[in-house]
Formats: sequence, C-alpha cells, structure tokens
Amino acid sequence: MSASAHSTAHSHSPVSEQPEEDSRRDFLILATGAVSAVGVAGAVWPFIKSWSPSADVLSQATTEVDISALGKGQMITVPWQGKPVFILHRTDEQIASAKKGDAEKLPDPAKDAERAQKPEYLVLLAICTHLGCVPQPIGTGNYGGFLCPCHGSHYDTSGRIRQGPAPKNLEVPFYAFKDDKTLVIGKAVG
Amino acid sequence: MSKSIMDWVDARLPITALIKSQATEYPTPKNLNYWWVFGSLALFCLIVMLLTGLFLAMHYKPDANMAFDAVEHIMRDVNFGWLLRYMHANGATFFFMTVYIHILRGMYYGSHRAPREILWWFGIIIFFLLMATAFMGYVLPWGQMSYWGAAVITNLMSAIPVVGEELVVWIWGGFAVGDPTLNRFFALHFLLPFVIFGVVIVHLWALHAVHSNNPDGIDIVDEHKDTIPFHPYITIKDLYSMGVFLLVYCAFVFFMPNFFLEPDNYIPANPMQTPAHIVPEWYFLPFYAILRSIDFLGSYSKLAGVIAMGAAIAILFILPFLDRSPVRSFRYRPLSRQLFWIFVIDCFLLGWVGYNPADATRFNGALPLIVVGRTCTAIYFGYFFLLWIITAFDIEKPQPVPKSL
Repeated sequence: MSASAHSTAHSHSPVSEQPEEDSRRDFLILATGAVSAVGVAGAVWPFIKSWSPSADVLSQATTEVDISALGKGQMITVPWQGKPVFILHRTDEQIASAKKGDAEKLPDPAKDAERAQKPEYLVLLAICTHLGCVPQPIGTGNYGGFLCPCHGSHYDTSGRIRQGPAPKNLEVPFYAFKDDKTLVIGKAVG
Repeated sequence: MSKSIMDWVDARLPITALIKSQATEYPTPKNLNYWWVFGSLALFCLIVMLLTGLFLAMHYKPDANMAFDAVEHIMRDVNFGWLLRYMHANGATFFFMTVYIHILRGMYYGSHRAPREILWWFGIIIFFLLMATAFMGYVLPWGQMSYWGAAVITNLMSAIPVVGEELVVWIWGGFAVGDPTLNRFFALHFLLPFVIFGVVIVHLWALHAVHSNNPDGIDIVDEHKDTIPFHPYITIKDLYSMGVFLLVYCAFVFFMPNFFLEPDNYIPANPMQTPAHIVPEWYFLPFYAILRSIDFLGSYSKLAGVIAMGAAIAILFILPFLDRSPVRSFRYRPLSRQLFWIFVIDCFLLGWVGYNPADATRFNGALPLIVVGRTCTAIYFGYFFLLWIITAFDIEKPQPVPKSL
C-alpha cells in the first residue's frame, strides 16, 4: 500500500528507494504503537490503583491492647486493621503441648519459641490460611488448639497447622510489648 | 397511514425485514420439545432481575454501616419493597435453575457440537458472568453469610502463586473485606447484568447464524418440510411455559420467600466472628464441594482445589471437541445417555456434600463426606474423560438416526 501511495505522489522517484520508505513506515507505525501503548497503560493505571487500600485504610496500621486483665488460660479477640487477632495467655500445659509439637513432623515447620516472644502470650492473626475464616477459640480443635469451622483445619496451641486443608500456620502479626501491660500490634507505615 | 410510516422507517432502517427474518418467520425445527423453552425463560429471568434490581438500587445504600439496615428498610418501609427484594432474591435461584436445565439440555442433545461451538462458548461466558454477578449481589445485604461468603471466595485468589496476596488486598481495597469491597461490588453488580445482556445478544446472533439444534440432533434437510415459523408456534409455547414458570416462581416469592435464603444472613456482618457453618447459595454448592474435596495434597491443596473448581467450568469449553461421536443427540447413544444421567446424579450428590459441614460423616463416622466428595469429583471429571474415550475409540455404537425431521 505504501509503495503505491508513494509512487502516485512522486511518480518520478526511482523504484529503488521504496524498500527504505517501507522500513521507515514500519518504524513509524511501531513507534506510534509503542508510544500509544505506554499512553494507554498510563491512563489505565490510576483506575487500577484506585482499588488499592486508600490512605484512611492504611492509617489503621497499629492497635494498642491492655493485657493486664488477661488471666492464665484466657483469650481475647481484638480488631487490627479490620481483622481479628487472638491474644492467648497460655497455661503451662498449653506451652508444654506447643513445645512438644516442635519435635513432631509439621506441614509448615516452625518452633514455638520463634512464634511467641514470651512463652505465656500467643498472638495470632485469627485468619485461617485456607480461605480466610476466623478459627474458633482455643480448645476447639484437635491438638488442644483452634478449629476453623469452614473447612475443618486444626491448629495447635502454637497456631501451627496440624490437620486439614490449610497450607500454612496461622500468621503471627508484628507485635511488641510496650511495657508489661501493653501490647502493640502492627507496624506504623508511611 | 401506519403502513406509510413503516415504509418510511423501513427505507431508512429495515425493521420489518429484520422482525420477519429473525422473529416471526424465523424457521425453527418442527420437533423441538419442552426442554427448548428454558432459553427464553432464562431471558425472562434476566429481564425480571434487571427490572427489580434497578428499583432496589434506588433504595439501597452500598455502605458497610448502612447496607444491612437499608435492606431491612426496603423490607419494612419501602412500598412493595418486600416484593421487589423477594422477587430479586428468588429470581437468582430461578435464573440458575433455568440456566442449569438449559446447559444440561445442550449437553444431552449435543447442541454444543459443530457448527454450534461459538454459540456454546458464549453460553458458558454468560454462565460465568452470571456466577460473578450472583456472588457480588449476595454480598450486598451485608449479613454474616454475605460477609463470610465474600471472605472465602475472594481468598481463593490468594492461592495464585507470587501475586495472590497482593491481588486479594487490591480486590478488597483494604486488609480485609470491608466498606471499599462492598462499594465496588455494588458498582460491578449493577454493571455486569448489562454486560450479560450484551453477551446474550451475541449468543442469539450466533444461534440465528447456525439455527437451533433439535432432539434428533440431525441437520435440517428441507426447510419447508422440517421447519415451522417461530411465530406463532414457538412464541405460544414459550408463553405457555412462562405461565407454568411464573406459577412455581410466584409460589416461592409469595409463600416461601426465605426457602432458599440462609437464616444467618439476617445477622449483620461481623468481621470478628465466622458463623459455625458457612454455606454458599445452592447454585454454587457442587463447585464448592469440588473445591473442598482436594485436601490431600498438603500445602498444594488450596491451589489445587481452586484449579479443580475452575476446571469444572472451564472443561465445558472443550466439551465440543471431547465428544467425537458422529451422532449429536444422546437419544441415539445409549452409553452416553447412561453416563449423562450418572453425571446429573453426581452433580446433585456434590451439591449435597457441599451443603454439609466439611468434617461431616454418615453411618456413625464410617463414611466421611469428604470421601464422598472426592469420589463425586472424580466422577464429575470422569464423565468428560469417558465421553471422549467411548467416542474417540468407537466403543459406543450409536443407533441409526432418522434421515430427516
């Protein structure tokens, strides 16, 4: 097509110039296409990015919890970033059971000492790693731990997956003891 | 007068010719049975859903703090709000019933076979869009089942390697299902039915290009002998079926409107507590059972379950090529017919497994339902495999088909 258009416009041009004209045309089409693609991608990006967590959502990064009233064997559920977090004051048996689990064959191997900063406090993101349900409180599952009612995943007293479809242990969120009474969950962002 | 107006219009936009060729005088096989009415019934459902949905949207508020109350406001305060909502909620159920029968009819009489593959594909795309729309619509009342259904289904995306976790946060617009999720689901739930409507038009275009299949699954030889005009023969049949359909539909809307709804969804959404037993709407149960039945692959179970669930629908795309028989209709294929009914029963069994809790058992623990679920999943995929085996290797000997309709 380019060749005929060219020859009509400049009928006196030598035929030998045409291949060069064609490659010039190809280059222009490619360059225009590439620049357009970048332009379209740039225009689409704000729409895609608008779905990501907004500034007010990101601002809910940390939660402070008073744990002074939490007795041995008691568990509370606190919201953090809109998600439930279990804080369990473990009994000696629960700690012993968790330590015993260290030596067993685990689907997602982890030592209890790596999961609990202080052995008596277990802090878990209460979201089943299978499909995001909230497991039931301590003592409901086999291994003395947590049972997820949706698809039957059993977690032990360290929140490690022992039985059922969940692929991973319950996540331990970032947390720190501000003092003996106060637990801070999460890390400030931005 | 009206004739001259129509002449004026037809000279500019040939409406009369279109109605004649594509509707009133459109040739249809003379032997279509009542299983062929479910296409038009599905279209009727779509129109009911669009209409009731539009008017519900005028009273609903897509806000995590207001949505639950807005639905109760519709139920108690809005004039005929209860009717609009019950028509819409039960409409989803009846939409899926008609669509499932429509799909099974196609599978039985070989309506997906050449030259109707593209027609079939657009049908599956409609089915897929319908499931996405129904899922997002179910989230809107913001009850416990709405919330946790949304949590479970969106979490399926986290099974995707590498990008899964980030993708889920992107879909949520937060760190959990929440207000941003509800708001965008409402927007998409409003949009998708119109997209479905568009694809339905392509589906009909593809249908009218290749024409309807028929119970004998043979081609039309002589248009004059083998076909009847769409109007009045098919229109009256479709209208009569619509009457029967409305009788059943209205029985549910007026006398048992909560039959298909979950009591737990009348509890406001609580992100801190999962209901003891999450159960999806009945039309998702077989696929939900397939998802749960893959639990024996350790850390790969989750991804494998999601893939199996997707494959259960995606396999329909290649069905036209799996079936290699020279005969389309199962009416003349005894072996395929038996497999088909096993497949249908299997789908019901999967639904029953999906309805029960994951760790349920029968016969005092002797039969864990997970085993039933795995077996039924194997049978589900086995159907497609066996259909290919018996047709590709001429194991099935079809009976002779009629020479003409």
